[in-house]
Amino acid sequence: MPLTTPFHPRIQALNEAGLWKHWAGYLIPPQYQYSLTAEYYAIRNSVSLLDTSPLFKYRISGPDAERFLRRVLARDIAGCPPGRAQYTCWCDEEGFVLQDGVVLQVREGVYWLTAAEPTLRYFRVVARQIGAEVEIEDVSKSYGILALQGPRAHEVIRQLTDAATCLRYFGATDAEIEGHPVIITRTGYTGDLGYELWIESGDACSVWDALMEAGSGHNITPIGTTALKMARVEAGLLLMGTDFHSARFAWVDAQRETPSELGWSWMFKGISQDDRPFIGRSAIELEIQERASRWTTVGLAVDWHDYERVYTEAGVVPPRHEIYSESTMSVYRRSGVDWDYAGYVSSFTSSSLLRTPLAIAKLPLDLAGPGSEVDLEVNVIRRPQNVLAQVKQMPFFNPARKSADMGEEKSA
Amino acid sequence: MSSDERYDAIVVGAGHNGLVHACYLAKAGLNTLLLERRDLVGGAAITEEVVPGFKFTTFSYAMSLVRPEIVHDLDLVRHGMMVLPMVKTFQPGLNGEYLLLGSDADANYHEIARHSSADAEAARDLDHIIARLVRALKPWVDRIPPNSLSKDPADIAEMAELRGWFRELDEDVRGMLETFRTKSAAEILDEYFENELVKSLYVSSGIIGSRCSVRDRESGLVWLFHKLGEYDGEPAHWGFHKGGNGGFTQVLARAFEAFGGKVRLNAGVSELLYEDARAHGVKLEDGTLLESDLVVSALDPRQTFLGLVDPGDLPDDLAGRIEDFKFQGTAAKVNFALKDVPSFPGLEGREDIFTGFTNLGPSIDYYMDAWADCEAGRISARPFLDCCIQSTLDPDMAPPGKHVMSCFVMYAPYHLAEGDWDSERDRLGDTVQETIEEFFPGFGELILHREIVTPLDIENLIGLSEGNIFAGELFEDQLFLNRPAPGWNQYRTPIEGYYQCGSGTHPGGCVTGAPGWLAARQVLKDRG
Repeated sequence: MPLTTPFHPRIQALNEAGLWKHWAGYLIPPQYQYSLTAEYYAIRNSVSLLDTSPLFKYRISGPDAERFLRRVLARDIAGCPPGRAQYTCWCDEEGFVLQDGVVLQVREGVYWLTAAEPTLRYFRVVARQIGAEVEIEDVSKSYGILALQGPRAHEVIRQLTDAATCLRYFGATDAEIEGHPVIITRTGYTGDLGYELWIESGDACSVWDALMEAGSGHNITPIGTTALKMARVEAGLLLMGTDFHSARFAWVDAQRETPSELGWSWMFKGISQDDRPFIGRSAIELEIQERASRWTTVGLAVDWHDYERVYTEAGVVPPRHEIYSESTMSVYRRSGVDWDYAGYVSSFTSSSLLRTPLAIAKLPLDLAGPGSEVDLEVNVIRRPQNVLAQVKQMPFFNPARKSADMGEEKSA
Repeated sequence: MSSDERYDAIVVGAGHNGLVHACYLAKAGLNTLLLERRDLVGGAAITEEVVPGFKFTTFSYAMSLVRPEIVHDLDLVRHGMMVLPMVKTFQPGLNGEYLLLGSDADANYHEIARHSSADAEAARDLDHIIARLVRALKPWVDRIPPNSLSKDPADIAEMAELRGWFRELDEDVRGMLETFRTKSAAEILDEYFENELVKSLYVSSGIIGSRCSVRDRESGLVWLFHKLGEYDGEPAHWGFHKGGNGGFTQVLARAFEAFGGKVRLNAGVSELLYEDARAHGVKLEDGTLLESDLVVSALDPRQTFLGLVDPGDLPDDLAGRIEDFKFQGTAAKVNFALKDVPSFPGLEGREDIFTGFTNLGPSIDYYMDAWADCEAGRISARPFLDCCIQSTLDPDMAPPGKHVMSCFVMYAPYHLAEGDWDSERDRLGDTVQETIEEFFPGFGELILHREIVTPLDIENLIGLSEGNIFAGELFEDQLFLNRPAPGWNQYRTPIEGYYQCGSGTHPGGCVTGAPGWLAARQVLKDRG
């Protein structure tokens, strides 16, 4: 039997469509309503509420917590001082990505980390190897996490606490909601204005109720994972298990990817000025120096006219409504040679808001520059056909409100 | 001539088609001035904060037909275009019955099957053939229509292309097109459905904004016209623009300014300046003279041909044709600010039922009774109402927990047999309120504010002749080859440098942007 999250009594009651999926062993609705689009637009137009409790959660503390994280995480933990959160990843000695996640340091010396897959034993092994005095606890079941995302997110949360208002993008703070202790971060997986809340499991339903009540005048909408995934492609955020896989259980290097190959070389901008002894450092440094990445991960905006054309010529309507796919699609060079394979798309969505099909793709470096043109293979009445696509800087959608100061102005 | 200013192009009227057109001209590098008589742009597509916090879509209130090409050409998403798709459609009856349809085909089947399983199956067939027909028509919606009178070989070839297209349509699609052209909405629905509520849900599209009954032949094409739009490529799907339809024209205004165009408000045009059948500028109501060799009217055909120019300067057949062009508005709007959403017996507390069209008109007889009043020159005692509570999807439309409700009302004939629209105004509001009350008991207690927009208001405020919301009826003799007149359906006029780009040209009314876009294509082509 799958597990249920601490919010289950609420999400079950709201699951109008009656669909469930398994996420890390938990029951989660891929959508609540019949209309996926309605949930998707809650993220961009009003405010959405999402249960992300199935994530693994770790609490890392002790005198050597920072030293341990400097070792185990590939991104510099110095960028995550008290009151901050940080998007990060950790790698193996070969410089291949094991996982990505968000780390928080709310109060000095105590870190919280989310992960898509379990990593407790691995972390403890690393801590032992370096003799770090650090306590790593699996708090996955002790906390539920809610993501409150969308232009009205601040309007909703400010009714419950003042603590969120002064949070800058990727800020983190302790707070109380109706007497219940919570951690609030200005983070999310939608690329929009939003917050994530860590809530003690016993308080989960009370805090859910408080958020739903505060959001009722702002069209708050519980959303499932599919709408979230559509939004995260627009936001240019990768999904483990879809856009890449953990190196830990890969069979061959072709299945492993380095941070640079995932488009995360920005995480290592300061690497030449620091001497962090993190796992994978020498391989990553060498890869950057020698530009030895086998490929990189880029955004692809499909040419709308061409996409329309190939379907229209076949006499059918182009699939643009509620399209989200994690199936591999091949990408070819426009070299004059037919089917000149270049790479592949790992995520595809047709953005209703941006009115363009968008994809996350792996391309060799010579094709990866913004503006570079490639052919994307789509199926038109079960036949492969190429449409023009162009490499674009991600995020595809990046509203000012995502990182705007909420202190004075209104969130909308 | 001594003029005050000179421009490459002057566009008269900042309705959505004037805006679209002006965007294309400015994008092509023309120094373009857009003139608007009112103190705001948008024409019939405006959003006004009538009561603090409550945004009313005074006139036009929903979107579907905006051509996707325009959105891409003008980069409208960057300027804030966001259409929220309608989630549900609600068709209440008067006896506790209702139909509540959503986005899941199987759920819709079972919902209709509560009333008739045969109808539930028929709805699938009907929706599919309409979708196929809409897709087949799309290329003709999105191009300058052929000229049926021209002897020019290129035009003759285009007419041949049209006939060829028609011949090569799939037989069932061509048959359906012929059905829509020759049969009334009610007649078509009688062939598909047995249940009155199901028929009622479909039939209202056949009379929207038009002086015809659901049993008049004209209602077939009017219905089809309202299905020509799409959402995310899905045919015939409707949505609300963020911030109301005025939000859309604000997006266009931002795009226009980004292309370097200039808008002038409070600048009504009194006449076109022309000599030897060649345009050279406009004169404003305040006497200002503005010079340009290119003047484009986004106004309706009556004003374009009979208002801004001397009809005596037009060919007789054209002037006569425009004089006979049917406007005969029959629609009104009543908009409400509400404390809460209305309550339907059995579905109390359900806000989701209002996340799309709410169709008040529960039987064919109901629509025919409403029509009988219209024919007699009266406001329908029980009008058909198309109600939208946009705030159920868009929180920007009303304060938290409160709502705005837009009610499109038929019939409200422009020409009343007795009294006038000043004296009938409140009766219109009361009639609408009473009608809603019958479906949603307790409605009256929710009302915080009521705004009444009569056909005369539509004419006076935004210049649509006789209050016709489409700038002229969407009847076959006024569409496509004939809009606004045979031979003059390609956005040109007999006066060189003077063009038309309003909803009175192909493809017609509704927020499509197509007339503005296609006229720009013609203008730019003519300039070489």
